[in-house]
Amino acid sequence: MKLEARALAFGYPGKPVGRGVDLSLGPGDVLCLLGPNGAGKTTLFKTMLGLLPPQGGEVRIGGTPLGRLKRREIARRVAYIPQAHTPPFPFAVRDVVLMGRTAHLRPFESPGRADREAAGRALDLLGIGALADADYTRISGGQRQLALIARALAQETPLLIMDEPTASLDFGNQALVLREVRRLVGKGFGLVISTHNPDHAFACATRVALLHDGGVMAAGAPADVLTPDHMLRMYGVTVTIERLADGRTVCAPALGGI
Amino acid sequence: MGKRESASLTAHRSTGARWWVLPLLFAVLLVLSVLALAVGPYPLSPGDAIAMIFRSVSGGETAGSREGTVLFAIRLPRVIAALTVGGALAAAGAAYQGMFRNPLVSPDILGVSSGAGLGAVLGIFLSLPVLAIQGMAFLGGIAAVSLVTAIAAAVRNRDALLILVLAGVVVGALAGAATSLLKVLADPYDQLPAITFWLLGSLAAMQAEDILAAAPLVIAAMLPLALLRWRINVLAMGDEEAKSLGVDAGRLRIAVVGCATLMTAAVVSISGVVGWVGLVIPHVARMIVGPNFATLLPASILLGAGYMVIVDTLARTIATVEVPLGILTAIIGAPVFIWLLARGRRSWA
Repeated sequence: MKLEARALAFGYPGKPVGRGVDLSLGPGDVLCLLGPNGAGKTTLFKTMLGLLPPQGGEVRIGGTPLGRLKRREIARRVAYIPQAHTPPFPFAVRDVVLMGRTAHLRPFESPGRADREAAGRALDLLGIGALADADYTRISGGQRQLALIARALAQETPLLIMDEPTASLDFGNQALVLREVRRLVGKGFGLVISTHNPDHAFACATRVALLHDGGVMAAGAPADVLTPDHMLRMYGVTVTIERLADGRTVCAPALGGI
Repeated sequence: MGKRESASLTAHRSTGARWWVLPLLFAVLLVLSVLALAVGPYPLSPGDAIAMIFRSVSGGETAGSREGTVLFAIRLPRVIAALTVGGALAAAGAAYQGMFRNPLVSPDILGVSSGAGLGAVLGIFLSLPVLAIQGMAFLGGIAAVSLVTAIAAAVRNRDALLILVLAGVVVGALAGAATSLLKVLADPYDQLPAITFWLLGSLAAMQAEDILAAAPLVIAAMLPLALLRWRINVLAMGDEEAKSLGVDAGRLRIAVVGCATLMTAAVVSISGVVGWVGLVIPHVARMIVGPNFATLLPASILLGAGYMVIVDTLARTIATVEVPLGILTAIIGAPVFIWLLARGRRSWA
């Protein structure tokens, strides 16, 4: 199953955000999307999920344009992991994760035993099985993010779109999510992830795209795209990119005077 | 350490799994209903009331006796009407709150009740038959909720809750003004008493035909809500997330708001405007069974029905004259609403 954007222009009617975006994502790909605040990462994601109509070009899933698929059909192919937020009612974490099963249910159907088991597996996989009966509104922001990832796993889609999945997580849980991303890739999932941290892109991306000034500034292998030159142009920050002895690559910003 | 952790987890334990409360609520409702049948100026014993109902159901002789008249012609229709009205208003309130992702909305706050009241009053003013009055009430209710939603959508990027509530107040006031105009124009001997009676809410003149006119609509509107219970939960996460989870949020919202409005209009057309039930009861239900609509809906129906039976029994027994329902529900509902406001947003439960 392939997710493709072709000459995609995205934004709102009368308020274009970006254009000329060509992306392609298949099984085992992790595409990391980097860009400054306000570059339109979330707007691009919403367009790729069919939540916003394209302002030009098209998005295809498995070769079919998004516009020709029903909500349910899209939701069986792509899962969305939004940034954690608080709903107005204190649903149990288990119920929030179960909501991921909705696309597999008939309109009048409620989740059954198999769905509950899928939700339980997803919770355990992310190490938050103990929170299953807790109120989703009362757990920490990081735990909420993990619950949303569990919900996307329960959705059992070949493609996942994650909007800054590590933004509200502590150091340990960031590592947990990155590990989970790698595990999913190993199992043949395709992922699009937006992040602000180049290290995370180095850690798990197979490809990186930089979103800047309303278009894709560069796209390709992490080492080719995440260069000091690009980082300077995009963020206005001078960075050092170092290859560690064990083969990992890290990106450290140079702060004035150091 | 492990013990402390498990203790803190239990403290935050969700109320989501308390479905076992439902049979308990049902039992309480049965007891309340039988007591309500027994209480009144002509006292019956609860046992006699039950015995008479069983005799009647099995085809025995009940008509003619004084007890029979009191029970079957006066109290039973009234209690059944109270159950229907309370259950429907609370169910509609629970549905609206889920739809608007907002625990402070209800048929009254959204202007549905006053819109439906205006429609019904217009129906009375035009001397229309009962069915047409129900239709007018429904149109009035739909018009009010559409207007409120449109205003809230037009004034975006502000505090959504505040705008929604204020828009409801504005639309309610407009409907109230139009209703007052109709009162001025109405025939003071024939139509005006009927209109006044409606606006205060009462089950006093309830007859079997009234219930037969409203109950099928309530059931027809309740059924989709019960069937769509899971999707209604998903919609509480917000439109975009619901869509990304495979729910056609726009169509679902229209269906649910339509059902809740139909239900409200159906009961408003027989009981008049009874406020506060749709706001307060779903709140209390959520505190008891949690927000999952699969248990919230039946809990709201049972609690709303029970509450209305109590209030209606009070209305006909606390004074020598009948106290209008709307007055009692306001006296009870207003302080509860203030208490809910004071509890703050963080603990909506």
